[in-house]
Amino acid sequence: MASAVGEAVTAPSGRATVAWRGRPRGNPWRRPWVMEGFTWLYIIWSIVPIAIAVLFSFNKGASQATWQGFSTKWYIGNSVNSVLHNPSLHQAVIQTLNLAVLTTLITVPIGVGFAIGIDRWRSRTSTGLNFVMIFSFVIPELLLAVGLFLLVTQALTFIRLGTTAEVAGLVVWNISWPAIIVRARLVTIGRTYEEAATDLGASRLGAIRRVLIPLLMPAIFASAVLVFASTVDDFVIVEQLSSTAPTQPMSVLIYSNVHGGLSGPALNALATIMLFFSLVVAVVGFVAYRWMTRGERTKSSSAALTSIAGM
Amino acid sequence: MGRSQDTHDRRNRWLWMGLAAPGAIWLLVLFVAPFYVMMAVAAGGVNEFFQTAVPTWNPLHWSSANLSAVWHDMVGSGAFLGPPALRTLLYSASATVISLAIAYPVAYFVSRYAGRRKTLFLILLIAPFWVSYMMRMLAWIDLLQQGGFFNSALSFVGLPGHTDWLGGKSATVVLGLVYGYIPYLILVLYAGLDRIDQSLLEAARDLGLSKWRTFWRVTVPLSKPTIIAGTFITVLPMLGDYFTNQLLSGAAGTTMIGNAIEGQLESPGETGQGAVLALMLLLILLIPMIYYAVSTARASREFA
Repeated sequence: MASAVGEAVTAPSGRATVAWRGRPRGNPWRRPWVMEGFTWLYIIWSIVPIAIAVLFSFNKGASQATWQGFSTKWYIGNSVNSVLHNPSLHQAVIQTLNLAVLTTLITVPIGVGFAIGIDRWRSRTSTGLNFVMIFSFVIPELLLAVGLFLLVTQALTFIRLGTTAEVAGLVVWNISWPAIIVRARLVTIGRTYEEAATDLGASRLGAIRRVLIPLLMPAIFASAVLVFASTVDDFVIVEQLSSTAPTQPMSVLIYSNVHGGLSGPALNALATIMLFFSLVVAVVGFVAYRWMTRGERTKSSSAALTSIAGM
Repeated sequence: MGRSQDTHDRRNRWLWMGLAAPGAIWLLVLFVAPFYVMMAVAAGGVNEFFQTAVPTWNPLHWSSANLSAVWHDMVGSGAFLGPPALRTLLYSASATVISLAIAYPVAYFVSRYAGRRKTLFLILLIAPFWVSYMMRMLAWIDLLQQGGFFNSALSFVGLPGHTDWLGGKSATVVLGLVYGYIPYLILVLYAGLDRIDQSLLEAARDLGLSKWRTFWRVTVPLSKPTIIAGTFITVLPMLGDYFTNQLLSGAAGTTMIGNAIEGQLESPGETGQGAVLALMLLLILLIPMIYYAVSTARASREFA
């Protein structure tokens, strides 16, 4: 930008000289205060309500609107209605973790395999499958959940509503994360390393295992973080496919109790625990992603942050 | 990548197919098949005694009873599905426009002007993405309830502070939709704007365009694909949303098409009509979904 002013003034084109006649309009280094203020307003608006909800999970009283002093009774103290002592509340925590772990363990390997297979096996079938995968990424969750509910109750009745159906549905809903992220990474890696390995005598499978998978590791890891977090967050699919109370994770419990039922700060406590899980996963994901990509030229905090968020 | 590469790939075809197979089977059984079941239920009958859906598997025997029932509910006298459909469009459109108006300047600022503080801004922008949707809705329920902070703040500045914001206000539902989906939009816009080559903008300025004209004639056209992708990412889930509405209003006056699908699916004897409604929504959304899929596939091919 430094040369911009000088060049524009001496430019032969009349228009450019007109534009810069007199004092150059607009200093390119001036800070855009209005936009910065707007950004901060947005950030405050997006974070403060959540912070208040977290705060009220530590409220001494039963109100979610009037602060009555600090207490951890909604987590551990209250013998009836705290997350620790109320069976439906802590069952929900366990079910959420259970679903998240199972879904991640199944989704990531099959999604990575799908991505490698589709990328290398160029045919009409693989193009079609890739389309199906992208469709599963953009379809409104409700439509998939309704379809899965009908499938499980009308056709594949051996898949019982409850944990089995929930995991089956969550896997198909999340498979696009590893598939899309790993495929994008495959494209940037190219095939040279793999070819070098096979030229040096590695088998195809050996080259994948010893060369390609290590190179894909950051992408695989980022997608695992995303699958885990999105399962913790999931509501629509698990609501349609859960059956009895023990198969209802935290999101379903919060939803069904907001209007009546178990109310008060215990719900905030549950939501705060959910938030805590996601944040731990996000921080671990960020740190590990930076560590994995430490040798790369494009390494930067912002790149790692956006990768962990699926961009 | 020459011809030898292609023959190589052909030889390894079984390996690639084997790697893709588990995911492919999972997608076919649990993503494609459900929609056939949905069609069979939509075109099927009802068990008179149990009031449960009886799917018709053979397309030759499909009946249009459910379809015409839904059609009557939509346009006939006493239609109750028309208003939710209209409301869905109205709410989603206004929520998307508001989201874009907020998200674009924020993403633009962070991608271009944040400088060394980019990481800080990104952490703050990504934070809501990691907070579960239920938590974010719960936060607004706390704020907007009768004795909540929002009403207290209103009475503090001298406005009437007794509004029942959670009792069926369209504005509350739109706010919930914006608050719920805007983090995704901002991230998509940021990723797109960050990729715009700065030297193109410098060139435009060098050639004499003013700041505003550079923005309108260079930045906006270059970010058009991103804006479209971001709009899809936000509008598609909004169109199938039922929980935001249920949590922040729960009143009949604000129901959307998602609530109608959910309601019919759960009421005895009307599962088939719920399936018809879901298929209708899918049919409408098929066009933007295909557009999105094609442009994503093309983008990744160009990238390769």
